[in-house]
Amino acid sequence: MSETETDDLETFRSETRAWLEANCPPEMRKPATADTDVFWGGRNAKFSSEPQRIWFERMRDKGWTVPDWPKEYGGGGLSAAEHKVLRSEMAKLGARPPLSSFGIWMLGPALLKYGNEAQKKEHLPKIAAGLTRWCQGYSEPNAGSDLASLQTRAESDGDDFIITGSKIWTSYANYADWIFCLVRTDASAKKHDGISFILFDMTSKGVTTKPILLISGYSPFCETFFDGVRVPKSHVVGTVNRGWDVAKYLLQHERAMISGMGERGVGRPLGQIAADSVGSDAQGRLDDSMLRGRIASFDVDEAALAACAERAVDLAKAGQAHPAFSSAMKYYGTELNKRRYEILMSAGGVDALEWESERSRQGARPRAWLRTKANSIEGGTTEVMLGIVAKRILDLPGA
Amino acid sequence: MALVLTEEQSMLRDSARGLISDKAPVSHLRSLRDSKDPTGFSKELWHSFAEMGFAGLLVPEEFGGSGLGFMEAGVVMEEIGRTLMPSPFLATSVVAASALNRGGNAAQKSEYLPKISNGSLLATLAIDEGTKHRPLQTSLQAVRAGNGFKLSGAKALVVDGHVADLFIVAARTAGSAGERDGLTLFLVNPKAKGVAIERTIMVDAHNAARIELSNVEVNADSVLGEVDQGAALLDGVLDIGRGAVAAEMVGLSDEVFNRTVEYLKNRKQFGKLIGEFQALQHRAAELYVDIEITRAAMMKALQALDADVAKAASAVAVAKARAGTTATRAVQEGVQMHGGMGMTDQFDIGFFMKRARVCEELFGDANYHTEQLARARGY
Repeated sequence: MSETETDDLETFRSETRAWLEANCPPEMRKPATADTDVFWGGRNAKFSSEPQRIWFERMRDKGWTVPDWPKEYGGGGLSAAEHKVLRSEMAKLGARPPLSSFGIWMLGPALLKYGNEAQKKEHLPKIAAGLTRWCQGYSEPNAGSDLASLQTRAESDGDDFIITGSKIWTSYANYADWIFCLVRTDASAKKHDGISFILFDMTSKGVTTKPILLISGYSPFCETFFDGVRVPKSHVVGTVNRGWDVAKYLLQHERAMISGMGERGVGRPLGQIAADSVGSDAQGRLDDSMLRGRIASFDVDEAALAACAERAVDLAKAGQAHPAFSSAMKYYGTELNKRRYEILMSAGGVDALEWESERSRQGARPRAWLRTKANSIEGGTTEVMLGIVAKRILDLPGA
Repeated sequence: MALVLTEEQSMLRDSARGLISDKAPVSHLRSLRDSKDPTGFSKELWHSFAEMGFAGLLVPEEFGGSGLGFMEAGVVMEEIGRTLMPSPFLATSVVAASALNRGGNAAQKSEYLPKISNGSLLATLAIDEGTKHRPLQTSLQAVRAGNGFKLSGAKALVVDGHVADLFIVAARTAGSAGERDGLTLFLVNPKAKGVAIERTIMVDAHNAARIELSNVEVNADSVLGEVDQGAALLDGVLDIGRGAVAAEMVGLSDEVFNRTVEYLKNRKQFGKLIGEFQALQHRAAELYVDIEITRAAMMKALQALDADVAKAASAVAVAKARAGTTATRAVQEGVQMHGGMGMTDQFDIGFFMKRARVCEELFGDANYHTEQLARARGY
């Protein structure tokens, strides 16, 4: 990096810091603890508070809901280096993401790479502005880890496809406006070769959703049914029957997102949370020495993973990243997050067992603990991730 | 600062790798061990290191060095880890050079640093006294005597202790074991009266010694840094050493891993390559991820040291702790997956296991550094 570039970046850093200081409401500088603390956007979106609205709108106006997307599609047009600066300044302030969305994390990157100009112009600005909420139609009752065996079929009818089948584990399908969906457009081809990636409106005739009650007592996932849904062929992203390429590319982004679910470096350190419940000795050490050791080992691994996530971004920027590395991060990040919640449950003891009381915020901790168990299943199980690492990175035989 | 090697660092890596893999593959260590070589390393290779600017890599240019940083030192250490090359680089060029450069006065720097750079002086830090690394427990006594001090006590795991031309000895000038105040670093001539050196042949066939000081007289000019206030200097120097050892351990782990994956792709049992078995695939994949995460933590620590040694402690603790658990896992999986072959002396894998064990103890093991992190975070 040249000296001028370094100087420019430092200017950008100080300006960004000042802007965030001036514009991020104090309420938005605390980690999100409740579901309503997260703003997902969409046609029916409601802000849970005034600061949430203000923060979202200010960030949206700068294009910083999607800081590294091109400006013409509603993004901030930041370079990778600037984006890194913005992220680190937001983290320093504890600033929440102004908008959470599968459109940002998953569909957007796929559209930027595979979408045609009309599709980009149609969908990206609405994602950036929080106007459309998307869901992901990937898994099916008989296509989980073996995703490519999916059966939902799209039959040609003039300029349209007629889509029939069902999806499962569709996150927030009951709140979503649109779906990006994998469908089989050629039943006679090999399983990876007959799939297309298509977009359609969830209010289309023939779409129904049914929430699934999970062990956490929440229903973040749905079963989604398609009964002869008519979708224009122009809604296919990329080439018909080549949807698996788009699907895989999107999965890399999904895995990167899930591996980051551990809210690393945000909120109170585990050691302090544990100190509140189990107490400390005269030297300030946790009174439960085995728990203290587990937390310290966790902290070592968490800090190391954070360095690795930073390095993964830097490697990508330098063109040295392995495309399957997100699978490695997904495996480790999700297992680590499960460890985090096992520690939190252990530290919380009896208090962490309450499911419905006001005191426990309706069992926030045990419900979150149970929710993390899906981390190593959704978006590709730990075992599938390890298989991908073995095959694509290590080049082991027959994997 | 990006956590990837710059072009210059990549070139440095390539030239270090070229020299080390050519002149000092694992067979080099094996022959030094088998011949019971009296110096335990190759002087000829050390001169090549000096000629390439590695011996004085961290030494400022005004003292004949290359004036590079800890990232660069880590690059060389990682390559040393790949072939387990016995080299004075760690003790002399990283630890002692840093101690002299950070703590030395003008006279000390101009006396010693140019000799380190040209490869003519070997130096080492003598710190550990008990069975585990506990720097604050230092109790080797230094009592004032006339214009100087008299040193008495014992040190263990003094790297290159039997070949060093200069000891940097951590001693207690005040207070008692466990206290930060009262620590002082001294420059001691190994040939001085009252110094007894016992070369300890170690499990890894690398150089180490026990030294015993009995009323060893040193003058006031031999104090490195300030009397009684050596703890901060020592912290920094140890953290630099820890970062470097972490880099060696990443190199070692990566090499063991590569050799093991190669074996999985070639060894056949039950009519197929053992690398086809999912049980082994998943273990290999887990180990790969472990190594990559530890590599990032190591680079982060070296970068933190380059930015400000005094503020790098937590990053270094994370790196050394991770390096310990990762290397331990890597060498165990390496031996296990090589089956009976891994147990033979004829096969190189065992050398990596032995070196990993020594690196783990060097400057504090994973437990020590995990504890340090817990304390730093206040729980």
